[in-house]
Amino acid sequence: MAKTYSAGVKEYRETYWMPNYTPKDTDILACFKITPQPGVPREEAAAAVAAESSTGTWTTVWTDLLTDLDHYKGRAYAIEDVPGDDTCYYAFIAYPIDLFEEGSVVNVFTSLVGNVFGFKAVRALRLEDVRFPIAYVMTCNGPPHGIQVERDIMNKYGRPLLGCTIKPKLGLSAKNYGRACYEGLRGGLDFTKDDENVNSQPFMRWRQRFDFVMDAIDKAERETGERKGHYLNVTAPTPDEMFKRAEYAKEIGAPIIMHDYITGGFCANTGLAQWCRDNGLLLHIHRAMHAVLDRNPHHGIHFRVLTKILRLSGGDHLHTGTVVGKLEGDRAATLGWIDLLRDKYIKEDRSRGIFFDQDWGAMPGAFAVASGGIHVWHMPALVTIFGDDSVLQFGGGTLGHPWGNAAGAAANRVALEACVEARNQGIPIEKEGKEVLTKAAASSPELKIAMETWKEIKFEFDTVDKLDVAHK
Amino acid sequence: MSDMQDYSSSLEDVNSRKFETFSYLPAMDAARIRKQVEYIVNKGWNPAVEHTEPENAFDHYWYMWKLPMFGETDIDTILKEAEACHKAHPNNHVRLIGFDNYAQSKGAEMVVFRGKPV
Repeated sequence: MAKTYSAGVKEYRETYWMPNYTPKDTDILACFKITPQPGVPREEAAAAVAAESSTGTWTTVWTDLLTDLDHYKGRAYAIEDVPGDDTCYYAFIAYPIDLFEEGSVVNVFTSLVGNVFGFKAVRALRLEDVRFPIAYVMTCNGPPHGIQVERDIMNKYGRPLLGCTIKPKLGLSAKNYGRACYEGLRGGLDFTKDDENVNSQPFMRWRQRFDFVMDAIDKAERETGERKGHYLNVTAPTPDEMFKRAEYAKEIGAPIIMHDYITGGFCANTGLAQWCRDNGLLLHIHRAMHAVLDRNPHHGIHFRVLTKILRLSGGDHLHTGTVVGKLEGDRAATLGWIDLLRDKYIKEDRSRGIFFDQDWGAMPGAFAVASGGIHVWHMPALVTIFGDDSVLQFGGGTLGHPWGNAAGAAANRVALEACVEARNQGIPIEKEGKEVLTKAAASSPELKIAMETWKEIKFEFDTVDKLDVAHK
Repeated sequence: MSDMQDYSSSLEDVNSRKFETFSYLPAMDAARIRKQVEYIVNKGWNPAVEHTEPENAFDHYWYMWKLPMFGETDIDTILKEAEACHKAHPNNHVRLIGFDNYAQSKGAEMVVFRGKPV
């Protein structure tokens, strides 16, 4: 029988709290960490989040009855305690796939983390994880090429790739900048990288940077006989300008370009990733602004969700933190989102913060990029943590070498290869890192000096955003 | 400045030419090669041997030495093929490969006998 219309405000839980609901294989599932306002019951807050992130608004409207709301509504189907924190709880919400435009992380997240994050009934709200059904994954373009294709293009096998971000971040002229790239590449790096805030400033316009850097790549390739690249940052004020720069990178034969997917926006990123697939350029993704969203344990979006957004939107590399360097990152949690970035199928594993099984089907995986405050002494740990499908990027740890970039690059390359060879021999390199590096340094004066230079530098601050673990 | 060492590498010096993984380490002796063959076998990858004239090392495709040794797990058999390739082409780079058919990629690739730089 048809429903009748009755105006007024209903409790959300009458419609959106469905503890007996069994999620469908095609549902998009979300886990929110809710810190409610005092006096708001758990079920009501969970239902409110489900409503406000899907079909609901604060009052009943007559047009609700013109559609099948029971089909389209989000459903809060479970509530769990947060281990170690009594101020909040997890709410699990299922969204029918029909709520979302195909292939659009823009649309999915406009719903999931839209108005609801300013909603008064919750004091704070954090999106911990999202399960994308394979049916939705298949509608997304994903990484333009992925790990396997990039290895074939760049001819790099059986080891992590080695990179370096050019410093100082800002202020170099294009020609001096190209020099810094050339020195790093001829010393043994696979890639050099534009810093994220290098776009097209008055001191160095993009066009001259692209030209001089390409010259550096060409010469370093002829000199070393190895394939080289530089992440030309095409992040721009407008999509038109971004594509203009990407087209020019293609014209001069650059193998890889770069984009900042959060400040640049998911719409621009998804378009650029599609363009890269069509035009054969690899795409490196930086994550400026992520810590604004993901660092507060009670509010925002966890980085594992931002990782999934990027994999769907598209990118061949993504910065994931280093665990050991100057930037935030808990080891177990980092391993969790690295798997989400690279693997085909990731099982639920609360010990690594993974709330749902995630099936990526045939969607390519992307390289995990470890960058920030790392140097040769970190190499054994980095190789152990990140494995082969990663890019290890030493900025200061290359350019800060007492003999310059080429020597710094060579030191890192020797250290990397020594660690990989030792690992392949079955040596526990994290434990015996010092012996491995010392032995390698015997035939590399560049490495020896690097080890003397950076011996003492450590970043031993505790992480702010930890996994939720029981405290009692 | 006197303590500073120059990084010697140039277009003119053929010794500057590298050949990817492990080419920044000293050339491998028999014991080190054996360890890497063991690694490839332990990973369940398919071993293969390829070679090229050093001046063509930048090319994607090197010459295959016979076919990849699908399913071969005997370390000595694999080593013998690499040595046979080296003997037949003493001036060429000889590389050892581990094909990972699940990743549709090479899990390992390294030059085990270095050719004569030209």
